[in-house]
Amino acid sequence: MSTPSRYWREIPQRYRKEANRCAPCDLIYFPPRLICPECGNRALEKTVLAEKGSLMTYTIIRVPPSQFKDQAPYAVGIVEMDDGVKLTGQVVDCEFDKMHTGMRLQMEFRKMYDVGHSGIICYGYKFVPEY
Amino acid sequence: MRDVAVIGVGITKWGEIWKQSLRDIYVETALLALEDAGVDRVDSMYVGSMSPGLFVGQEHIGALLSDYLGQKHIPAVRVESACASGGVAVRMGFMEVASGISDAVLVSGIEKMTDVGGDEATYALGSAADQEYEGYHGLTFPGLYALIARAHMEKYGTTREQLAMVAVKNHKNGANNPNAQFPFEVTVEQVINSVKVADPLNILDCSPITDGAAAVVLVPAEKAREMKKPVIKIVGSGFATDSFALAQRKEITWLEATYLAGQRAYGMAGKKPEDLDLLEVHDCFTIAEICVTEALGVVEKGRGGAAVEAGETALEGRIPVNTSGGLKSKGHPVGATGVAQVMEVVKQLRGEAGKRQVKDPRVGMTQNMGGSGASTVCHIFEREA
Amino acid sequence: MEGIVGYGAYIPRNRIKVEEIAKVWGADAPSYKKGLMLEEKSVPSPDQDTITMSVEASKNALKRANIDPVKIGAVYVGSESHPYAVKPSGTVLAEALGATPECHTADFEFACKAGTEGMFVALNLVKAGAVEFGLGVGADTSQGAPGDALEYSAAAGAAAFIFGRENLVARALETYAFMTDTPDFRRRENKYYPQHGGRFTGDPAYFKHVTGAARGILEKAGAEPQDLDYVIFHQPNGKFPLRVGKLLGFSKEQILPGWLVNKLGNTYSGSSPLGLTSTLDIAKAGDKILLISYGSGAGSDAFIFEVTDHIDKVRDLAPRTRDMLDNNKNYLEYGEYAKFRHKIRKAD
Repeated sequence: MSTPSRYWREIPQRYRKEANRCAPCDLIYFPPRLICPECGNRALEKTVLAEKGSLMTYTIIRVPPSQFKDQAPYAVGIVEMDDGVKLTGQVVDCEFDKMHTGMRLQMEFRKMYDVGHSGIICYGYKFVPEY
Repeated sequence: MRDVAVIGVGITKWGEIWKQSLRDIYVETALLALEDAGVDRVDSMYVGSMSPGLFVGQEHIGALLSDYLGQKHIPAVRVESACASGGVAVRMGFMEVASGISDAVLVSGIEKMTDVGGDEATYALGSAADQEYEGYHGLTFPGLYALIARAHMEKYGTTREQLAMVAVKNHKNGANNPNAQFPFEVTVEQVINSVKVADPLNILDCSPITDGAAAVVLVPAEKAREMKKPVIKIVGSGFATDSFALAQRKEITWLEATYLAGQRAYGMAGKKPEDLDLLEVHDCFTIAEICVTEALGVVEKGRGGAAVEAGETALEGRIPVNTSGGLKSKGHPVGATGVAQVMEVVKQLRGEAGKRQVKDPRVGMTQNMGGSGASTVCHIFEREA
Repeated sequence: MEGIVGYGAYIPRNRIKVEEIAKVWGADAPSYKKGLMLEEKSVPSPDQDTITMSVEASKNALKRANIDPVKIGAVYVGSESHPYAVKPSGTVLAEALGATPECHTADFEFACKAGTEGMFVALNLVKAGAVEFGLGVGADTSQGAPGDALEYSAAAGAAAFIFGRENLVARALETYAFMTDTPDFRRRENKYYPQHGGRFTGDPAYFKHVTGAARGILEKAGAEPQDLDYVIFHQPNGKFPLRVGKLLGFSKEQILPGWLVNKLGNTYSGSSPLGLTSTLDIAKAGDKILLISYGSGAGSDAFIFEVTDHIDKVRDLAPRTRDMLDNNKNYLEYGEYAKFRHKIRKAD
């Protein structure tokens, strides 16, 4: 589970979807990388991810890690964002029987989990049906 | 490079081993391999183990286990590549013997998983996935493979029943494996109606939590020829990695690392998929076996499910897969799995597999995979004529 | 002139009906519904809290404001359900919006008035020229004790307002504040549920302060009730805002566009601010809107806004409040609601 420093370090990605991009390859990396694995370019430029995308595949997690027990069962999917980046994230505010691959989704800011009763509260993005 | 052979194999009954500790399970298993090999002393040791630190709070197990095995002062190190730890340990031993650095290497794999509760075991296994960008979102290991399964079903028309048939086939094989954790048969209906874990996967699609170890002894082939047993050579070794997070792979249903590791092993061995008489593959979940058989080229891309349904991968089929019962029935003490796969292939090639013996096999392959497929190691074995 | 440059709302999709709560406690649902003029209330999901709703409401406000978030110099979140007892909500919000690090932030707490407090301060900092843009948010995931009358109304929602000087959606014509020390409602440190003074929360508390603030701001502005097109009062239940409106001489037509409580419940710090968002959703250029909050303890903040023609350009850049209230609802049973709101005792 997240400790404060480990959580804090990822804030630009978790809160603001900050990514980076290899211009020659026209590929976006999230989380940002120091080197493009396709061409070796190290001069990657900052960018921000698209807000919307389409569901590629999903599952309903019924046996969750302990910190997610209050939320189970919940859906996790891989979403292809409109800029081509593929992201893993929960899909919420949608009945399981209404979920389907290809459905349009957008990001929302949500709580991921609490670290016990006294630890930090971890936030980040989840996906909801586009509205 | 010298030719390398497997001269000794050892395994003990897998399952929930309440009475024995990590070191006791290890020593008992390793002694069986040394006995089978007819050697008392080895030059070095590799131990494949995914996470003794999280499962029993014990790191540094190379030194611990060499000490308790009575192999004083030899080089001994733990090898880790998540669920592929055992297979990678075999590769390390293979390279050490092939290079001429050592003449006898004991390679083993072990995981003692039941000394922690279910939540902690889930956490430990989850550490093989991307903790910041998969685990953070509540994705579990069954969940990762469930994402692959749904994509495969939608892309290729693989059915829920076909997934279940992988479990049915492997349990049927495992029923004839006395060391298996769950040596009994299951039906398609039982699998489909078992408890849901991560849709579309149910509990009977998943490999279990297991305590266990397996060990093999590797020597130069010329030494093996001095022994009475059939000489089983390692003729190919391939290892590859891929994008760590599942989402970042180009194709969710395609195991590129398995494909590349397979190609590298085939290339070294000078073999093709058609040359194989049997395979032991990493069926950590039913869908995994389907994708692996496709990536290794033993079935056409997209036909993995159909091939199981047609019985092509059954014990008596065109190309038997997981005659041991696989991870599904035999159990999956994570780090031990890759070594146990080697043991099964060696047993089959020696003709010592009992009721699950494939008829006169000469060439066999193992495929051992880490995480959701980010690392895979393959080996090809051949019985000398 | 300063005023609102962007506004946004957020309402979670879960609802629970009065009947569902009444059934559990053996209460008479029809009399509650009639007495409180309340049919159902919003409920947050387990992954929603004051911070997450503040972020979403503020992102909607940002869409309408169409400004660079780094220019927001003040971020204020008003709530009585800040997720941390110590550690600001506003830092998370500012970070999520991209307003850091040159930004002043503070969390406000004043029962149901905390949201308008944040708005009041943000607006006046803009007016003073201290910041270019200021953000004020009212958000709550309030809890009523199981079986208490408050359980029927304590709801979840957020409204956010970005204040600035140019491209105004609504000009701020007047502000006014009215408060005394009146202990009608409180929650002590480390207590999970609040306690209230029953009927004492009425005349000496809500009515005294709301009418005090209304009369004060009208006098300050030299206006009469009929000079306003719309009025929004704090909505602890359906009845209070209608009654206080009548008392002050406002018509139902002036009140109803911002009267969300019958289907939303009391979103505490989000209550009257959400009413303002739904009123802005339908207002026309030149319309004058009176907003009066109320927070137990007790006090009221009052604002008069005048809508500009710019609103037609930005209104549909973010979801409308009534759409969020009426669409994609998910009705909970009490058991699920109790689980979502952590009312079930579990093993450690």
